[in-house]
Amino acid sequence: MSTQTVDLVDYDEAVARFDPVLGIEVHVELGTRTKMFDAAPQTFGEEPNTAVTPVSLGLPGALPVVNGTAVEYAIRIGLALNCQIAERCRFARKNYFYPDVPKNFQTSQYDEPIAFDGWIDVELEDGSTFRVEIERAHMEEDAGKNTHVGGSTGRIHGAEYSLVDYNRAGIPLVEIVTRPITGAGARVPEVARAYVQTLRDIFRTLGVSEARMERGNVRADVNLSLRPTPESPLGTRTETKNVNSFRSVERAVRYEVSRQAAVLDAGGTIVQETRHWHEDTGSTTPGRVKSDAEDYRYFPEPDLVPIAPDRAWVEEIRAALPELPAARRRRLQGEWGYADAEMRDVVNAGAIELIEATIAAGASPAAARKWWMGELARTAKQQEVELAELPITPTQIGELQALVDAGRINDKLARQVLEGVLAGEGGPEQVVVARGLEVVSDDGPLLEAIDAALAGQPDIAAKIRSGNLGPVGAIIGAVMKATRGQADAGRVRELVLERVAQG
Amino acid sequence: MSTLSRDEVARVAALARIDLTPAELDRLAGELDVIVESVARVSEVATPDVPATSHPLPLTNVFRADVPEAPLLAADALAGAPAARDGKFLVPQILEED
Amino acid sequence: MSDLTRLTAADLAERLAAGDVSSVEVTQAHLDRIAAVEPAVHAFLHVSGEEALATARDVDARRAAGEQLHTLAGVPIAVKDIIVTKGLPTTAGSKILENWVPPYDATLVERIKAAGLPILGKTNMDEFAMGSSTEHSAFGNTHNPWDLDRIPGGSGGGSAAAVAAFEAPLAIGTDTGGSIRQPAAVTGTVGVKPTYGGVSRYGLIALASSLDQAGPVTRTVLDSALLHELIGGHDPRDSTSIDEPLPALVAAARQGLTGDLTGVRVGVVTELTGEGYQPGVSARFAESLEVLRGAGAEIVEVSCPHFTYALGAYYLILPSEASSNLAKFDGMRFGLRVEPTEGPVTAERVMGATRGAGFGDEVKRRIILGTYALSAGYYDAYYGSAQKVRTLIQRDFDAAFTQADVLVSPTAPTTAFKLGEKLDDPLAMYLNDVATIPANLAGVPGLSVPNGLSDDGLPVGFQVLAPAKADDRLYRVGAALEALLEAQWGGSILDRAPELEVAR
Repeated sequence: MSTQTVDLVDYDEAVARFDPVLGIEVHVELGTRTKMFDAAPQTFGEEPNTAVTPVSLGLPGALPVVNGTAVEYAIRIGLALNCQIAERCRFARKNYFYPDVPKNFQTSQYDEPIAFDGWIDVELEDGSTFRVEIERAHMEEDAGKNTHVGGSTGRIHGAEYSLVDYNRAGIPLVEIVTRPITGAGARVPEVARAYVQTLRDIFRTLGVSEARMERGNVRADVNLSLRPTPESPLGTRTETKNVNSFRSVERAVRYEVSRQAAVLDAGGTIVQETRHWHEDTGSTTPGRVKSDAEDYRYFPEPDLVPIAPDRAWVEEIRAALPELPAARRRRLQGEWGYADAEMRDVVNAGAIELIEATIAAGASPAAARKWWMGELARTAKQQEVELAELPITPTQIGELQALVDAGRINDKLARQVLEGVLAGEGGPEQVVVARGLEVVSDDGPLLEAIDAALAGQPDIAAKIRSGNLGPVGAIIGAVMKATRGQADAGRVRELVLERVAQG
Repeated sequence: MSTLSRDEVARVAALARIDLTPAELDRLAGELDVIVESVARVSEVATPDVPATSHPLPLTNVFRADVPEAPLLAADALAGAPAARDGKFLVPQILEED
Repeated sequence: MSDLTRLTAADLAERLAAGDVSSVEVTQAHLDRIAAVEPAVHAFLHVSGEEALATARDVDARRAAGEQLHTLAGVPIAVKDIIVTKGLPTTAGSKILENWVPPYDATLVERIKAAGLPILGKTNMDEFAMGSSTEHSAFGNTHNPWDLDRIPGGSGGGSAAAVAAFEAPLAIGTDTGGSIRQPAAVTGTVGVKPTYGGVSRYGLIALASSLDQAGPVTRTVLDSALLHELIGGHDPRDSTSIDEPLPALVAAARQGLTGDLTGVRVGVVTELTGEGYQPGVSARFAESLEVLRGAGAEIVEVSCPHFTYALGAYYLILPSEASSNLAKFDGMRFGLRVEPTEGPVTAERVMGATRGAGFGDEVKRRIILGTYALSAGYYDAYYGSAQKVRTLIQRDFDAAFTQADVLVSPTAPTTAFKLGEKLDDPLAMYLNDVATIPANLAGVPGLSVPNGLSDDGLPVGFQVLAPAKADDRLYRVGAALEALLEAQWGGSILDRAPELEVAR
C-alpha cells in the first residue's frame, strides 16, 4: 500500500470552483429463500461452503434456473423507482477470471435490463427534495467471499493464499444505476447519502431485502467527476467501490471532491479508475486502472431463456406495492397536522413509526410528538442511542398520555412516571402505583390540608376572608407542599375559596 | 475481415487465461488465421434485416419456485478441490481485487 | 453365454422380463466382452464392473420379488464420459479433469439408475467433445471395430465403438454438431440427436449450451427409441428443457418396422448431396432412397440454400459458447492444478499454467477462436453474424418441412478415415460434420441409421431429420429403412463386421 500523502483541497473551496457530478451504483441482495439460479438456501453466518449446490459451485454439468421470486422482487424495485419494466429481457454472461466467481463468468444483465428509465425523489435534511434519475435496474448474482491469509497485514497485496467460501455465490442481486446526477453542487455528499438511504428504506418497505448495511446487503459504488462549470462537458470519473454505510457514502464523495480538485489544481488529470474506500482513514486509494484489456465478452446466456414479464403480472405487482416511505410521510403529515419543520424533525429523528404507534395507542398527534421529540429525544441524546432503542414502547406512551388526559396525573408527575418506566420499574400504571404519584382528587384529604394551612397562617386567612384574594397562592402552596404535589392546584383554589366563604 | 496475427493470438490467449509456448503460439496463429477466414463467410448473408437467434426453441419465462433444496455436504463440496483448509477452498494469492 | 452380447436391448429386455436370463448374467457377459476386446478397441475410459453388477443383482432381486420394473431394467449401458456420474470418474476426455469424481448425477443418469440399468462404464471421446475422430482424447485413441487402424468417429467414438463391438447394447452419446450421428455412421450403429430440449442437459459438461443434446447410441432403431423414452422428457433443472410429453417414439419405431411408409414425404436436401461426398456414400444414399420409395414414400427434392453457411456459423457459435463454458476449468475448485514453472505463484498465473497444461490442442484452438469472436470489436461481425445465419437456417428448415415430412442426407461425407489422417488439418476435420451441423443450429432432431457398406467395405450412415418435437418421425422412417435393408442383407450390418481379435 502506498504511504504517500495526498493533497486535498478544502471542500468548500473545491465546490466553489468545480461542479461535481455524481453517479451511484447500488447493489442490493434480495431476501429470497434461495439463490438467483439454484435452490441452495440463502444463509448468513453459516459454516463455509454449506449452502452450495453444484450450480452455486459452478461444477461441470450444472445449469442455472431463474428464481421467479427474485424476478418479482426486481420488478417491485423497478416499479418503486418509477421505471419501465422491459417487455422482454435476457441474462448475459460477463466473462472474467476471478477465484470467487465460480464459473469465471457472472450471470448478469447487459444491454437488456429488466427495469429502466426511472427516477426517485430523495428528501434532504432541510426538507427539500432532489430528483435522481435511474438509468436501469438489472438482476445478477453475487460472488463468493475471499479471505486473504498470510502476509504482514492480511491485506490483498501481502497475502500468501486465499480461502474461498461460496455460500454467498449466487445470491440474487439487483443493481441500480443512476444517470449522472448533476446540480447538487456543494450538497453532493448529502445527496449521495440521502439517495442510498432512500433506497434502503424502499427495499425494506417493499419487503425485498432486510437491507442491512452492516451485513453488506446493500453496497454502493460511488462515481464522481468534477468539471469547471455546469456547462462544461463531464470530467473523467473515478469509481469508489464497496462503500457500505450511509456515513461512508457521504465521506467518500466529500473526499473524492477534495482529492480530484487538488489533482486538477496541480494541472494533473484524473485517471479513470476503480478506487477503494478506507473506513479507518476516511480516504480512497487507487485500485486497478481500467484499460482496454478489460474485455468482458458479454453474450446472451445460452443456458437461460428470455424473460418476458406478462403485463398483467406487472400490473398485479404494481397494485400490490406497499405505500412507499415518501408518500407515507406526506400522508401522515397531513393526517397529523404537523408543520413542515415539525415533520422534518420527526423524520430526521427516525420517529415516524414510534409516533404512528403512539397515536394508534390513543394519544393525540400533538401529544405523541411532544413526548417523542421532547423528553424522550433529550434522553436518547444523553444516552447516545436511537429513539427506538429506549426501553419504552409507544403503547406505554399512549397509556401515560391517557393518565394525563384523565386528570390522574399532571404533566410534572407524568415526567416522573416516564423516568420510572425508563428505569425499568414497569408500565406507567405500575409506576404510578408503586411511586404513589396519583393526583389527589378526593376532597377529604385536601380539605384537611386546607384547614391546616388556614389555621397555620391566620393573618393570611383573615385577609382572604376580608375579600383580598391576593395571598391565596400562599395557602395553595402550603397545600401542595403538604400533599407532595399530588393535588390538582385548580381544585385546591376552588376549595380554599369555598372554605373561606363558609367562614 | 482482419487476419489473426501472432500478437493478437497472444492477447486473446491471455484473455482466455491459457499459457502458450512460443511454438504453440506460432502454430495456432497460422491455423486460426485460416479458420477465421473460412468462418467469416457468415457475414455475407448476415444482413441487418435478419434477426439473431440465440436459442433453438422460442421459450420464455422459465422460473423456479423459491423453495430451498438440500445443499451439498461440505465434504462433498470440497472433495474435488485441489486444496482446502478450514472448510474453504484454498487458492493461490490473488493479486488484483475485483 | 457370450452370445448374450449379440442381442439387441429389446431382445435382452424381453428375456429378462421372461426370466430366461438374469441381469447379472447379461452384465457379466458384457464385462467379459469388455475385458476381451478393450485392448484392441479402447472404447472405455473407466469400467465400473462392481457397481454394474451390484445394480444387476438388485434388479434381479426386485424382479424376483415381483416388483414392476422398467422395460429396460437390467439391460446394461455405457455412458459417454462427458456426463457426470456420482461416484464414478468423469473426465470429458481431458487431462484437466483427470481423476475428478462428481458429487452428483446428471438427470439422465438419475433416470438410468432409477430404471435399473447397470452402468458398465464411461466411454472415450474427443476432449470436451471437440472433434470428429476421438483422436483429441487425452487418454488415447479409440479404434473402429470395423478396422482398428481407423477412427470410430467423434466426439462420441467410444460410445459408438462400444456398441459396435458388442461391449454394450446401449450407450449414451452427446451431439453438438454430429457427435452421436457421425460416429454411428462410421461404426455401423444407430444414433439419435433428439430435439434440442428433449433430453435434459443437467449434468452434461457443457460444450456449446445452445447446441448440445444427449441421445441414444444403439444397434437398432427400436433400441434407440426405448432408450430415448427413458432419458427424455421435461426436467425442471434445465431451463431449456421442453415442458411437454415426448411423442410416442417406441410406437413410431414399431410402426416403421412394418416397412410401410405410404404417404410419407421424404425431402432430399440438395445442399447435402453431391460434391464432397465419397462415391460409395452417394451410391448407398441413392439406393436407400429407392428403398424408401418402394415402401410407399414420396421422394421430393428440397433446397436449403443457407446450409452452406452452417459450418461457418457453427465454428463461431460453438467456440464462443465453449470459451465461456470451459472458463470454470481453472484449477481453483476441482480438477488439475498446475503451478507455473517460474515466477510468483498467484491465482491468475496458476489458472494460466493449469489451462495451458490441462487442455489439449483442439480445445485451446477453439477457446482462443471463441474468445476472439466474442471480444470487443468483433462480436457483431462474428458471433452476431453467426446467430443471424442460425435464423436463416431455421427458416430454410421451416420452408423445407412444408414440402416434406422428413429430410434426408448421407450422415457423413466419407466412411471412417485412418487414424492420424486429418489430425494436422483442423479445417478438413471440421468438414466431417457438414451434414449434421444444420440440425444442431436449428434444434431439430436427427437420426443416423446404417445403410450399407461403401466401396471400401466400411459402413455408411443415412441421416433422417424431422421438425422440432417430431422425433417420432425419425423413428418411423429410420426403422422402416432398417427393416427393409436388413431384409435385403439377411441380418444386421454388424454381422458383416470382422470378428475382433479377442484377448484371453
